[in-house]
Amino acid sequence: MKLFLKLAVFGPLISCLFAGLFHRQLSKTALIRFCGFFMGIATLAGSTLFMKMVKSGGAFAVTVPLMTWIEIGDFSATWALSADPLSVVMIFLVLVVSFLVHLYSYEYMEGEEDLSRYYAYLGLFTFAMLMLVSAQDLLQLFFGWEGVGVCSYLLIGYWYEKESANQAAMKAFLVNRVGDLFLVMGMAGFFYLTQTLEIGKGLSLLQSAVPEPFVVLGTPVPALDVLGILFLIGAMGKSAQLGLHTWLPDAMEGPTPVSALIHAATMVTAGVYLIARLSPLYLDTTFASTCVVWVGALTAFAAGTIALVQNDIKKVIAYSTCSQLGYMFLGLGVGAYNGAVFHLFTHGFFKALLFLGAGAVIHSMSNEQDMRKMGGLYRPMKMTFAFMLIGSLALVGFPLFSGFYSKEAILASAFAAQDQYGLGPWVLSIISLVLTAAYTGRMLGMTFLGRSRADEALRARIHEPGLMMNFPLALLALGALVSGMLGYKKFLMGGKGFWGDKIVAPLIPHHVGIVELAPTVVGICVFVLALVVFRKWKEKKLAKSIGFMERFLVNKWYFDALYQALFVKPVWWLGQLFWVFGDQKGIDAIGPDGLTHKAVEGSLKLRRSYTGLLPTYIAALVMGVLLLIVLILFGGGRLG
Amino acid sequence: MDSFPFLSFLIFLPLIGGLFVSLLSSEDENAFYVASFVSFVSFILSVYLVIKFDPLGGYQFQEIYEWSKMMDPQYAVGIDGIALPLIVLTTFLTFLSILLGWGQEIQQRRSYLVAFLVLEGALIGVFSARDLFLFYIFFEMILIPMFLIVGVWGGAQRVYASYKLFLYTFLGSLLMLAAMILIYTQAGQSHLDILGQSDFNPEITIFLWVAFFIAFAVKLPVWPFHTWLPDAHVQAPTAGSVMLAGILLKVGGYGMIRLLLPLFPEASLDLTWLVFGVSIVGVVYTSMVALVQDDMKKLVAYSSVAHMAFVTAGFFTFSTIGIQGGLFQMISHGLISGALFICVGVLYARVGTRSLAAYGGVANKLPFFSAMMMIFVLAATGLPGTAGFVGEVLVLISLFKVSGVLAFLLGTSLFLGAAYALWLYRRVIFGKLGEESEKLSPLNNVEKGVLASLALCVVGLGVWPQPLMNVMAPSIEPVTQSLHAALEKQKDPQLAMIDLAPSEEKVVLAASRTPELTTQEGDAHAG
Repeated sequence: MKLFLKLAVFGPLISCLFAGLFHRQLSKTALIRFCGFFMGIATLAGSTLFMKMVKSGGAFAVTVPLMTWIEIGDFSATWALSADPLSVVMIFLVLVVSFLVHLYSYEYMEGEEDLSRYYAYLGLFTFAMLMLVSAQDLLQLFFGWEGVGVCSYLLIGYWYEKESANQAAMKAFLVNRVGDLFLVMGMAGFFYLTQTLEIGKGLSLLQSAVPEPFVVLGTPVPALDVLGILFLIGAMGKSAQLGLHTWLPDAMEGPTPVSALIHAATMVTAGVYLIARLSPLYLDTTFASTCVVWVGALTAFAAGTIALVQNDIKKVIAYSTCSQLGYMFLGLGVGAYNGAVFHLFTHGFFKALLFLGAGAVIHSMSNEQDMRKMGGLYRPMKMTFAFMLIGSLALVGFPLFSGFYSKEAILASAFAAQDQYGLGPWVLSIISLVLTAAYTGRMLGMTFLGRSRADEALRARIHEPGLMMNFPLALLALGALVSGMLGYKKFLMGGKGFWGDKIVAPLIPHHVGIVELAPTVVGICVFVLALVVFRKWKEKKLAKSIGFMERFLVNKWYFDALYQALFVKPVWWLGQLFWVFGDQKGIDAIGPDGLTHKAVEGSLKLRRSYTGLLPTYIAALVMGVLLLIVLILFGGGRLG
Repeated sequence: MDSFPFLSFLIFLPLIGGLFVSLLSSEDENAFYVASFVSFVSFILSVYLVIKFDPLGGYQFQEIYEWSKMMDPQYAVGIDGIALPLIVLTTFLTFLSILLGWGQEIQQRRSYLVAFLVLEGALIGVFSARDLFLFYIFFEMILIPMFLIVGVWGGAQRVYASYKLFLYTFLGSLLMLAAMILIYTQAGQSHLDILGQSDFNPEITIFLWVAFFIAFAVKLPVWPFHTWLPDAHVQAPTAGSVMLAGILLKVGGYGMIRLLLPLFPEASLDLTWLVFGVSIVGVVYTSMVALVQDDMKKLVAYSSVAHMAFVTAGFFTFSTIGIQGGLFQMISHGLISGALFICVGVLYARVGTRSLAAYGGVANKLPFFSAMMMIFVLAATGLPGTAGFVGEVLVLISLFKVSGVLAFLLGTSLFLGAAYALWLYRRVIFGKLGEESEKLSPLNNVEKGVLASLALCVVGLGVWPQPLMNVMAPSIEPVTQSLHAALEKQKDPQLAMIDLAPSEEKVVLAASRTPELTTQEGDAHAG
């Protein structure tokens, strides 16, 4: 088992190093075969781990200590691979999607010059993500956390000649860094309270004795709430929750397979993983959990509204990801930690499927992403349409599709938690469900139905993707179809039967009553309606009708404009201010320059010594030393 | 231990080597090879010291000679786990700096190389001095070659820069000299071992502390004593910047941990607020200034000031973790900023400008260089897995114990640092190839080798910092112990919150903390 774990985690690293170091010695095809080979081995190992974990009934636990990282006194952090059921679920998902993206990219990125760089980044990303989910202590988790952030940065900016890509890459990294700062503070607080960074050990210490409250503005706040908030803001950055979500839509500048892997299935779910991992901590909080609930519900709602007016196919899916991540946070907040992770799992399949399907469309449309120029694609791209339809149905929550089970679990838990949080979050999530149906139907309708709005030359080139792209799509479609059906009994099982005892996993009953069924039915109706309405796209009609609401949505709730005015510009001004008035006209004018000025006025002799004649300075130095020796010889010696 | 005076040999080898180089005839091309050889032997010798060094053995390779029967100050040298890594860093970076001159057109090459060798000797001397006045002599001696490197081989405004460098440093040194003489008149001794155990008149302690602090704050540099640094860096030749950022700044930090904290523990405890204040202002202020620079070297120089603030903040937490973090930050910053200056130098040597606006799309022409620079830029942002992370996270975690809000404010460098570092990278490496970039010729093997070896160190220390930690940790104990003793003496309830001996403290959950502390803690989250 330890071998499998090592293979699973280090396979991608080897693939990365291989692509990075030997790209000159090997042809492009050979290189990709090698990378695919290592990734394949890792994926097999990951799948084996997953099978064993499912069979073990919650008793699964493997730890491979690698080496000491930092150890000073009672501060210690180690490199170790540690896998419990939660980790293994993540490892499996990450490796499967990553492997399929590796395959898919072979065809999708065929025209690229330096493909080795791309594959190196992909491998590094996968490795960092696996280090994140198999971390035993918070410091290694942070290593993975930052590692995936950097790879995301590199891959968003993969086409580095594009100014917009560079901008988006930097934005992604910086917004993430805001969250990371809070995560580091959370880590520091965790260590402060428990004297350890080991997650399991620290959590049990926090549970065994309630720590002294922190005093916030004169009022004591439970320490766990403070930690919970810190970790929540950290998670919000990576998982693009409302407030720190602005980077995710821009991140669509990266290649589409990257969006599927990083910005849908894996990296953005790291925040959900973090909170699920720390679920014993959140279980004991009220304030922090309430915040998680509302952050999730509001994100699900806001992102859903913005997705309604997007015309870029990738941006629709990006906002949809944002919204679905909101669902997961909602699930975490109401205590359905396993439900949230279940949604993470099914979402990984169907959202990767949607992205890769969109990639197939974009690829065949010669990189056109604007849905207003698409339409009628179901005829030339029947397979792709079928795949996209499966993904959409799963996203909308059509019964028996995977999203149905996982979303249902979260909705049911939110409904059940109304005593604690009121019905607000549940209502918001129901509205979001309808929004999801609407924008998904709109996207599918605009892209595949109606008449083609592409020009003649382009229309002639539209084609179905080849085998290397279709195979991953087919596998993901299978996942989107069956992962809910097969998984829900296990994933939603309460107690320790599946998840072990490291995280909190309540029993989430799956029953179909009017409360559960009504939203689903409404959703499906809206989906079909949107599909029909948006099969025809008339630019003029809509442009005229643009009102306050729509402008608000088109401008993405004005988050970017607000941040620009609130943070970006002031920081720039402050920098200029400090530089010009602080350093140059402040410190320098009073300090060194001012001194010379005085010296010039005061004495000609002194001025001469400031003219930059080196011997003068050296003479002064030597004299200083001599003076010192003389003083010691004749002064200090006697005095002592 | 061997009776052979290895340490003195290491100090004087570069000095004698420098003398030898200066005796070569001026047309002699061998000057470069002699200097490289000398610095290489110094490096090997310092590695030998590492092998021979016993982390638990306190001061080693000690030598004491009397200058004269009449006076007490002696020639006393010896190194512990704090000095040794800095000495290795010195020999390593000097070797690389000298190598960088390979194939380059340098006026008066002989004197240039002499300056570097003398600088190396003086730096090793400072790190190994065990006598107050010997420390001072080497401390001053550093200034001469550095001053020459900036003033003679510098850019257009080298005179202004070198004068500024001189004025600042000399002011600090004068204060320190006065303080040293005062100490000597009080204690009648100048060996650091003895001084560490003596008490000074409390009335003058504050003056002494301030004098030493300013001297080291100028070197480090601590805001607001930093304005000489950007100018000196901009004017200095690449190798000079490497030495300046890589090692010279560390003399300030070293002075703090070697003299300031052990000699004046009580004053240090009293003035903690001051140091935290300037550290945090320094981080925020200089990071923002770095953000608006157009000159690449100025940008990196300002980033140095921001990174050095972690050193002071870490030291003044008075905890083992914090001091360890500060020391580690010194080593890692030495490698990272040295490497970044080399990167800037590589570009400057080809294109002839340091203006960010002139660059773009370098990745197209120099993929290897771009990959290396990526590593250094990310290390500068404190990415885990690189050396830059270890020091910063240790400082933040230890500072959190003192105050959450201070840790948060210092931590803003996580964000601001990433902003200027990635901005630099984006403007230079990414984007479309500009006209200027046509001049970019491939890197030569020396440049490649230097950058690769630095990258290896940066990543190596990031993944496996433990060997370095093991060397440093035992030598920190005496410092924390003296601070602990001072604290006991003081019994100041305000400072009771500072954790001095975490290894002894087995308290698992937070005990009662003072209200002020926790209020600040809350502010952090509100913000």
